[in-house]
Amino acid sequence: MEILVCVKKVPDPAENEIAVRRDGSDIDRDDLVYSVNEWDNYAVEEAIQLVEEHGGSVTVVSVGDEESDEIIRRELAMGADAGKLLDDEAFHYSDGRGVAAILAHAARQAQYDLILTGAQAEDAAAQVGGMLAAMLDLPYASLVVRVEVKEGDKLEIAREIDGGNLEINEIDLPCALSIQTGINEPRYVGIRGIRKTASVEVPVLGAAELGLDPGTVGRAGAKVRKLDYFVPELGQGAEILQGSREEIADQLIARLRGRGVIQ
Amino acid sequence: MAPQVFVYVAHRGGQAADPALELLSAARVLSPNGPVIAVAAGHGAGLDQVCRDMAGRCLEVWKLSNEALAYPNAEAIRKCVTGVLPSGAVLLLAHDTLGMDLGPGLSIKLDSPFVSDVVAMDPPQDGVLKLVREEYGGQVSTHLSCDISGGAVLSIRSGAFPASEETAVGEVRDKSPDIGDLSCGRRFIKIVGAEAGDVDITKEEILVSVGRGIEDEDNIEIAEDLAKALGGVVSCSRPIVDAKWLEKPRQVGTSGKTVKPKVYLALGISGSFQHLGGLKGNPFIVAVNKNPKAPIFQVADVGVVDDLLEFVPLLTEIIDNH
Ligand SMILES: Cc1cc2nc3c(=O)[nH]c(=O)nc-3n(C[C@H](O)[C@H](O)[C@H](O)COP(=O)(O)OP(=O)(O)OC[C@H]3O[C@@H](n4cnc5c(N)ncnc54)[C@H](O)[C@@H]3O)c2cc1C
Repeated sequence: MEILVCVKKVPDPAENEIAVRRDGSDIDRDDLVYSVNEWDNYAVEEAIQLVEEHGGSVTVVSVGDEESDEIIRRELAMGADAGKLLDDEAFHYSDGRGVAAILAHAARQAQYDLILTGAQAEDAAAQVGGMLAAMLDLPYASLVVRVEVKEGDKLEIAREIDGGNLEINEIDLPCALSIQTGINEPRYVGIRGIRKTASVEVPVLGAAELGLDPGTVGRAGAKVRKLDYFVPELGQGAEILQGSREEIADQLIARLRGRGVIQ
Repeated sequence: MAPQVFVYVAHRGGQAADPALELLSAARVLSPNGPVIAVAAGHGAGLDQVCRDMAGRCLEVWKLSNEALAYPNAEAIRKCVTGVLPSGAVLLLAHDTLGMDLGPGLSIKLDSPFVSDVVAMDPPQDGVLKLVREEYGGQVSTHLSCDISGGAVLSIRSGAFPASEETAVGEVRDKSPDIGDLSCGRRFIKIVGAEAGDVDITKEEILVSVGRGIEDEDNIEIAEDLAKALGGVVSCSRPIVDAKWLEKPRQVGTSGKTVKPKVYLALGISGSFQHLGGLKGNPFIVAVNKNPKAPIFQVADVGVVDDLLEFVPLLTEIIDNH
């Protein structure tokens, strides 16, 4: 099975407090720690496991800047076979549709049986997978938490819906799926593993190499534009307890006692 | 000119899903006085019931009935909606597990821009809509502009708009004959219900809930000790279940359990809308988080800005010594 996995570099939510730059033009990116989007990492692991069981290869592709090369290498270290970086000035400020169009052009360069994306990214809108599938006219399912290969070029997949219920579907290959967290346990890769991929060539493809009209993507093609970032006015908000750790604990106990939680 | 606005009404068991009335309110931002058309797809008596109910809410309801729509398969719904909507239509749907499945692809097939998970918007000016979305789990928000003059698909966050109280004497129009071929490469098989666990967190009055801030599986004990001291049980956010540190039936949220405790202690939980979506009944919320800007502090009653790994053991110790 030939599998394409779309991945993205994002500020790691577990490592960062996200703040807005004073002029509102962007989040404050100084000192941010980046990592691969959590959902995408599950998608890569799933692809690797499918290939381990059924043969084939995993290609990882990212629309990003130079620094996304690092993310691709991280996924190569996990066990992906090849990586491609889609980078061009013309791609900057693409909306979701623009990103999907860029990926669709990359996907058309080879015959993939399965295309995986993460269900969403911390800094985006849970849209690229579904758009990409529609552009390529592939059957699609989102929020997938189980994939099984069936006879006759089909998959049986489980989508996780409300309340943790599972919706079981059959889907024809080739198809595109967006992966929900928890589908597997992504393998750990260390810095040394990533270094070992240094000799692997990760080609950088721009609009020309992808045969893409630059005017249809990037800022020029975007119908949805980000105007600014802001932190919404807090409502009433919590009463933040003040004092030493002990004093705060005592105050909290008093509040809980007031609620009858502690006798 | 006001755009032609449609709301997609998801339903189950003959009842419109909760967001339907919120979508109608959102639609009023786009079309303050004009007609809003509800679209419902399905099959059988349940669909008829939903259409009749919605006709009490808006002037026009489009009924899309077909056997292939008996279960809400987004692939089939997309084909069917693409086939019947006029060009330039603005369609609103809920940002939930169906909306996430349906919206992005639908926008491509309608050749319209898409904005997901909208939490607020201003009335359009010269065909351009200004909207608000959140990023990074609600830590920051963004304003976006979207040119809706040629149509749009917008998915709306649950709870962001009030339920519409409008009533109407509307008409159900059966658009089913306009539906083309709905065969698609994805077929619904069945629903498998969520697993049950050793404890039922939906019945507990005191929940000590842990999130990614607990950092390590071994630290779960810290929460268990506090739960024991308070006579409550431990629940969690999704990443804790993803990491297999706790069982799925302990997960609070839209894809987990809906709980209604009296007291909810959120330890190292940022307060994403999917998590808070499972917290009902207006509990007394205590948040412990080392990030003073964590969104959880906006909904909590009492907040402690501290490292939970230091604070919680101390709290437990003081309670135990009383
Ligand atoms: C379709 C869908 C359904 C979902 N359903 C659910 C659901 O049902 N339930 C759910 O919970 N999530 C759900 N999610 C995931 C959700 O979007 C968030 O990713 C998740 O809720 C984040 O969990 P968290 O708050 O534990 O982690 P994070 O957002 O990573 O927050 C961790 C918090 O811990 C704090 N912290 C870190 N270290 C410490 C420390 N030592 N002391 C104190 N604080 C610390 C940080 O400041 C941060 O605020 C769903 C997502 C999708 C796409």
